[in-house]
Amino acid sequence: MNEYETHRYDVIVIGAGGAGLRAAVEAKSRGLSTAIVCKSLLGKAHTVMAEGGVAAAMGNVYSEDSWQVHFRDTMRGGKYLNHWRMAQLHAQEAPDRVHEMEAWGALFDRTPDGRINQRDFGGHRYARLAHVGDRTGLELIRTLQQKAVSMDIDVFMECKILRLLHDPSGAVAGAVGYRRPSGEVVVFEAKAVVLATGSIGRCYLYTSNSWESTGDGHAMAIWAGADVIEMECVQFHPTGMVWPLSVRGLLVTEGVRGDGGALKNSDGRRFMFDYIPEMFRAETAETEEEADAWYEDHANHRRTPDLLPRDEVARAINAEVKAGRGSPHGGVYLDIASRRSPEYIRRRLPSMYHQFLELAGVDITVEPMEVGPTCHYMMGGVRVDPETQAATVPGLFAAGEVAGGMHGANRLGGNSLSDLLVFGRRAGQGASDFAEANDRPPTVDVAQVDAVVSDALAPFGREGGDSPYAVHEELQATMQSLVGIIRTGSELSEALEKLDELRDRAAKVSVGGGREYNPGWNLATDLPSLLTVSTAVTQGALARRESRGAHTRDDFPSADPALGKVNFVQRQTDRRGFDAPIQIGPEPLPEMPPELRELLEEGH
Amino acid sequence: MTDGTADPGFVSETEEAEATEEAEAAEEATVTLRVWRGDAAGGDLVDYTLPANEGEVVLDVVHRIQATLAPDLACRWNCKAGKCGSCSSEINGKPGLMCMTRVDELPEGPITVTPMRTFPILRDLVTDVSFNYEVAKRVPAFAPLPAGPEGYRMQQVDVERGQEFRKCIECFLCQDVCHVIRDHEDNKQHYAGPRFFIRLAELEMHPLDTNDRRELVRQRMGIGLCNITKCCTEVCPEHIKITDNAIIPLKERVVDSSYDPVAWLGRKILGRHKRTAEEAAAAAPH
Repeated sequence: MNEYETHRYDVIVIGAGGAGLRAAVEAKSRGLSTAIVCKSLLGKAHTVMAEGGVAAAMGNVYSEDSWQVHFRDTMRGGKYLNHWRMAQLHAQEAPDRVHEMEAWGALFDRTPDGRINQRDFGGHRYARLAHVGDRTGLELIRTLQQKAVSMDIDVFMECKILRLLHDPSGAVAGAVGYRRPSGEVVVFEAKAVVLATGSIGRCYLYTSNSWESTGDGHAMAIWAGADVIEMECVQFHPTGMVWPLSVRGLLVTEGVRGDGGALKNSDGRRFMFDYIPEMFRAETAETEEEADAWYEDHANHRRTPDLLPRDEVARAINAEVKAGRGSPHGGVYLDIASRRSPEYIRRRLPSMYHQFLELAGVDITVEPMEVGPTCHYMMGGVRVDPETQAATVPGLFAAGEVAGGMHGANRLGGNSLSDLLVFGRRAGQGASDFAEANDRPPTVDVAQVDAVVSDALAPFGREGGDSPYAVHEELQATMQSLVGIIRTGSELSEALEKLDELRDRAAKVSVGGGREYNPGWNLATDLPSLLTVSTAVTQGALARRESRGAHTRDDFPSADPALGKVNFVQRQTDRRGFDAPIQIGPEPLPEMPPELRELLEEGH
Repeated sequence: MTDGTADPGFVSETEEAEATEEAEAAEEATVTLRVWRGDAAGGDLVDYTLPANEGEVVLDVVHRIQATLAPDLACRWNCKAGKCGSCSSEINGKPGLMCMTRVDELPEGPITVTPMRTFPILRDLVTDVSFNYEVAKRVPAFAPLPAGPEGYRMQQVDVERGQEFRKCIECFLCQDVCHVIRDHEDNKQHYAGPRFFIRLAELEMHPLDTNDRRELVRQRMGIGLCNITKCCTEVCPEHIKITDNAIIPLKERVVDSSYDPVAWLGRKILGRHKRTAEEAAAAAPH
């Protein structure tokens, strides 16, 4: 039996990005005892990386904008695979959530008449993204962090959660993990648990995600018996840095294109005009003149194809590079230098300016950037009830990137920051309602804790196994080459075999050193989640025999209307855990009310 | 290296030599990192030599050391893009972010990487920065005026002052370099440090905030101890003009409220009084 500290709360929130902080603020404001548990220091979560802005139909720049248009844009961007009710709630509530941020201290950029300014982004019909230069995520996380601190919410920093714990009825009743600085075990007993663990990007070699994005919440939900949906829908952001190699994958905000930047190939051609899909033809400019005029006047011109949804742009870049029209380091050019003044670029895109100058030695006010697709965002995730964010297992809630359904097959830029505010709050409410309705103190079983802890500590006593770094590198290479932006059935099957082999090796890794702040051991404890989510992504990709949104199958290049009406749902039924199989099958999407369906048809 | 009792911080000389030999055999350029390894009880600099890669930053080399030579080398990082402020350390003695310091811009020869000196060591390059999170709890929260029916109206020029300070990524390099606490541990009791002076300045200059924090800044946050050497401004990776735009204006506001005879007379006549530090502090959670 292991020694450990135990804490009891009404609500614990795992993850301290925007969704987790917003959920915790909500639960605490209800007077419930609330704790946030996060893998890094407070304020470092991946939300800080969000650049362009938060999408909300406030109509400050274009008064024609409304939640209905935002809803339509979101559904079309997601190729109708979204849960309609989530997309509706999101579009309706985002403006209030943005105003709330301002009341909590956020300082957004302003319009000339003093309101919150809004910028253009891909797939949004109107300029809709409230922003602070190109560091909007930092503004949101700092605002929420300062709000949480002012409310005296308990925060367990640098604490990795390994598994959710359940009570005898099967309901989630807590979690077990360890403190990274000391390596000591910590157990939480809670009436409700909110997962807000973010993304899965570290499954891939080239990603804009930090080390934390190992899919812990996705995997823990699966191991707890919850449903996950649309795991095949992984977004490759079209513009990541490609050089130097050490920063390959680092994000270049869509705001560059929103503020006038254009994509060009090695012939200097604005190739996006060659890749306008039928679905967006009616609303997209056909000539450079029209596209450029659109920046100044949206009412009388159609939008530039540089701002098509991310899946379209990423595929176009991929095709240009494959056709030999790429840049020297395997990307394409993103040119704002020849299109906007240096002062404008430095004011609108300060962190892009510094990022390129300091890391690549490129002055973006003088030269074009080299960019290419990078693994950026997970649309798929825990299947939740749109109103409460409740998962399919009692006591478990999920918000933000770990939750599925909101974005369908492809997320629009700007919709993630609004997602985490809208559904972070709803998850906090849902978890609070659940905790209040449940007066039994949570009970966790010592045997469950001991089993999890023994597994986590096993690599220390083992000799002759792989290094966790070696297994992780192979996993990333496998996912990048076989389950990447363009997929095919035979490669996906090959990937599943490779993942089986890596799972065996991950179960036998060896780790040296002690438990105190040991990154090798920390990575060893992230491997089970990385492998579980990689398996789910690959299984989903194999099952969806069509191309839709971010999921592109070379062997099934068109969309299949029948598959557009189903979610691929994955769950562990009998045996659960890292080494147990995950079942997968199609289930019908929820039926959209006719008045919302009509909105999708309008305006094109 | 199979259990927790083995010395966690040492790579055998053979491993190191092998890596060096391999590198030289291929006649590649190499990079040597001289990394401080140890814990609260003490430690030492350890050399790691690897083949050099084009365009790398110091953090890339640390990651390659972890992946090949020393999997347990402790270091904090997150975004690797200068946006989260996690990988703060001292590179060749100068406080900086490992993810934004390019190897090819440092002088030739071994690169020394040591943990931030102002904070207690946890392990290797990781320090206990909880001091900063404790100070954050003592800052009274933002307290805005009520919003109008369409939300707040503010002019860009008015929000820009605060926006400069809100660029802060909380890397705590300014805290690390500030000699008031770097060289005088006792001062941590009554000195907030540059990071929190810009936070307080941001709130003081916020167009909507209603709190008056000037007495708190003077009495509890210790602004008087800062003698404007501008070291904080020099190390700020976000290029925030901490001294000129935050500390000096804060000092002026404090002086005006405490020592200006005209203002004193005005308060006497009009019967207004300043908030005491206790009153201002009462608005903070701690």
